[in-house]
Amino acid sequence: MMPELGKYAFAVLASYGVSLGLLAVLVLASVARARRMRADLERVEDRSKRHG
Amino acid sequence: MIALLIRDLRLAVRAGGGFGLGLSFFLILTLLVPFGVGPETGLLSRIAPGVLWIGALLACLLSLDRIFALDHEDGSLELLVTAPLPSEGIVTVKALAHWLTSGLPLVLVAPLLGVLLSLPAPGYLWVTVSLAVGTPALSVIGTFGAALTVGIKRGGLLLSLLVLPLYVPTLIFGAEVARRGAEGLSVQTPLLLLGGISAGVIALLPFASAAVLRINMRQG
Amino acid sequence: MSIWEYANPVKFIRTTDRVLPWISAGAAICLVVGLVWGFFFTPDDYRQGSTVKIFYIHVPAAMMAINAWAMMLVASLIWIIRRHHVSALAARAAAPVGATFTVIALATGAFWGQPMWGTWWAWDPRLTSFLVLFLFYLGYMALWSAIENDDTAADLTSILCLVGSVFAILSRYAVLFWNQGLHQGASLSLDKEENVADVFWYPALVCIAGFVLLFIALVFLRTQTEIRARRMRALIARERQA
Repeated sequence: MMPELGKYAFAVLASYGVSLGLLAVLVLASVARARRMRADLERVEDRSKRHG
Repeated sequence: MIALLIRDLRLAVRAGGGFGLGLSFFLILTLLVPFGVGPETGLLSRIAPGVLWIGALLACLLSLDRIFALDHEDGSLELLVTAPLPSEGIVTVKALAHWLTSGLPLVLVAPLLGVLLSLPAPGYLWVTVSLAVGTPALSVIGTFGAALTVGIKRGGLLLSLLVLPLYVPTLIFGAEVARRGAEGLSVQTPLLLLGGISAGVIALLPFASAAVLRINMRQG
Repeated sequence: MSIWEYANPVKFIRTTDRVLPWISAGAAICLVVGLVWGFFFTPDDYRQGSTVKIFYIHVPAAMMAINAWAMMLVASLIWIIRRHHVSALAARAAAPVGATFTVIALATGAFWGQPMWGTWWAWDPRLTSFLVLFLFYLGYMALWSAIENDDTAADLTSILCLVGSVFAILSRYAVLFWNQGLHQGASLSLDKEENVADVFWYPALVCIAGFVLLFIALVFLRTQTEIRARRMRALIARERQA
């Protein structure tokens, strides 16, 4: 059930596409970095506990 | 502080770089523009004020990293900051020295380069006036940027990225004065606004620059 | 119990961990509902045709692009005055989010301008100001990543944020003086006659809520990451010294 976009279909679809794409990239990058940092920190904390 | 100013001026003249380099850059830029857009006199005279302003701005930018870099390398900057001088005074003197060695020559040379770009007759006065009012602001803002990046190796590109957005208001009003002057329109409003920005920047920004400089020197 | 308790990094992480799922879920729900509503179930505007659907992304993104900078300004002030690390790190965390929103606002604006004004880009005051805002974001992020010492970086970027805010406002008015624009006036002020009609307004409101929640969720998450990164750098530095 695609709405009738008429002659502006490209403008509307491109806007939604680009925006959602950028948001997705931002969210995924943030989440991925958060995960990685959490894991890295745990590793370093373990190490420093064992040594210290 | 006067001793510091004289020392800075002498260093700038002796090192050769800062003094001549900005001017030559300005000259080359004005030569390149006609190659880029074509030798048509009407077009050139229309864009001349803007070209002169952008040329002056870039030439100013070129010598910014020299404001603190040399002093930082040989350690004299730390001595200056710990000396019983207010660091606001130091950054003001530094900005003044920068203006005298790169801003002022640009102001004086701009009318000559205007000839090359067939600047309309009333434009000479207003290009000179607008640059004379605007370039001090460029030097002071540039000093702020230079103070921010003083500890960073190869900070030149970062310095441009930080400083150029801050140049926007000055450029807009300065180029507007020059353009309106060249077209024989009234320049009062943009000139007042340009003067206002310069005055405000000169009065307030040294405090920010000094704070930044102290932060950068704190870690040593 | 005061708000400053959240300046403790551990407390901050614990609290945000608890609320983060709720905020993220809220953001997702609002965005899906608002955008689906706006995209599928709103009529076309009689003048602008279906391009009015871009509104549901363009306006919230533009609003949040400015609000993100305002939030960074407040966080920078808190850092300068009270020296809470979480505050400085939150400002750092918000910058890329704000920059992305700015790009979204510019991109959707270009797609919208192309059929409406016949051009992708015009040197219109609003557009130009946004471009300048984007440059400020870039400079701010570049300065953060260029300086190694965390506290120095926080101090310097805070001052840059303050000075940048003043200049951003100056630029806004300078640009307004320089060129009168094509862009329509504010379409969401509460008191004006020319506000958008209710059919467009309600989904837009949901979208705005979605963008706000998304921003909060991302800033919380990214601030946590920055706190952990900072702690890790401290631990590694201590190991080296030992």
